[in-house]
Amino acid sequence: MNKTSQSLAAAVSEIGDGATVMIGGFGGSGAPIELIHALISRGPKDLTVINNNAGNGRIGIAAMIDAGMVRKMICSFPKSSDPRAFTDKYLAGEIELELVPQGTLAERIRAGGAGIPAFYTPTAYGTELAEGKPISEFDGRHYVQERWLKADFAIIKAHLGDRHGNLTYNKAARNFNPLMCMAAASTIVQVSRIVEAGEIDPEHVVTPGIFVDRVVEVSQPRQEEELIRAGVTYA
Amino acid sequence: MTSIAQEEIKLTNAQIAWRAAQDIVDGAYVNLGIGFPEMVARYQPPGREAIFHTENGILDFGEAPKPGEEDWDLINAGKKAVTLKPGASFFHHADSFAMVRGGHLDVAILGALQVAQSGDLANWRVGSKGVPAVGGAMDLVHGAKQVFVITEHVTKNGEPKLVEKCTFPLTGVACVTRVYTSHAVIDIVERRFVLREKLAALSVEELQSMTGAPLHIEGSVADLIVPEV
Repeated sequence: MNKTSQSLAAAVSEIGDGATVMIGGFGGSGAPIELIHALISRGPKDLTVINNNAGNGRIGIAAMIDAGMVRKMICSFPKSSDPRAFTDKYLAGEIELELVPQGTLAERIRAGGAGIPAFYTPTAYGTELAEGKPISEFDGRHYVQERWLKADFAIIKAHLGDRHGNLTYNKAARNFNPLMCMAAASTIVQVSRIVEAGEIDPEHVVTPGIFVDRVVEVSQPRQEEELIRAGVTYA
Repeated sequence: MTSIAQEEIKLTNAQIAWRAAQDIVDGAYVNLGIGFPEMVARYQPPGREAIFHTENGILDFGEAPKPGEEDWDLINAGKKAVTLKPGASFFHHADSFAMVRGGHLDVAILGALQVAQSGDLANWRVGSKGVPAVGGAMDLVHGAKQVFVITEHVTKNGEPKLVEKCTFPLTGVACVTRVYTSHAVIDIVERRFVLREKLAALSVEELQSMTGAPLHIEGSVADLIVPEV
């Protein structure tokens, strides 16, 4: 059992045209910038990307959108401090948007990973985001049926990882990442440090290795917030 | 339309936040929406400890760090850097929204474009133009035991924000339980606005003229008294 990968390029080498890709992170926290940039170097097109946001500045997901790789975004909040990449393409009709309430997005991903094809939630009942979806009444309240979300690949940032794929996260960078690890056919994770199996106390493992396929070490991961403040662009 | 005299008799945003903060009991689990609602945290009465939830995955976060000491893996839902209090915890998004929808939060406080007498809330989008973005707003209005709105009583143009029926796109249906405005405190009871407190300088008739749906009175209406903050 050895899920470690020697390079970022090798880690993303199977992601091809038309893939559905979950990308971890909430804004910059937990965003796998180095894996995203390796994917841009590889350059698959026509991707469906699932993330809470839709990129910021000219790096990460925004740079994927700038590069014309993204056909559709599934997200809750496609705005940021510098949302030009998504906004320009969206207003030009060049990118599709499926807007999902944040908690529903999280639960749809969890359901995808847990083998639950649909569930009912009170969120969005009576709003435009529930239009066309089945409604049911349970104990006198109305609920909206939502479908699971699954992906071909997830690219994720974590803190520690081992060759089994066991993971820990750093603070609030956990966010969507454990859920996305579960919901993708192939989960690729960049970690700040690869440790020996057994070094992560089993009591502290957040994502068990069964949900992880590849682990690649990026010892000094860059932070989206800092790159944006420094005016860094991908190109 | 609101007269100039009425414009002058009103609470500041800080005073609205102060008034809402007085209704958060010791030990409450509270989510404050991004922006204006975040101000409520400043006015917690002494001796009460509320635990603040941020939907990106922290319970019991505190003040912003000093400039230069930000940790961008330690942020709130507004993507601003925060610090932790002793007893804080981290969790993933599905657990975070289970806390919301599952009825575990005591209070959620949000801003509003419009609130209807039925408790419907519109606060995420003005129309169909531009890029729509909802975030956690539609989740946060469901599940908390109390959903408070803090808002100006009327828009900048003097239009009522408390209305019979929302005309902006809805965030949630029959979800708001109490509204703190620049002029009054109003509960939503059985699809009606029930006036609980109003500024003493304002008559019920004047307040009604600024409100887009009937104000009901059950028992006494207290004076809305807020210190300078």
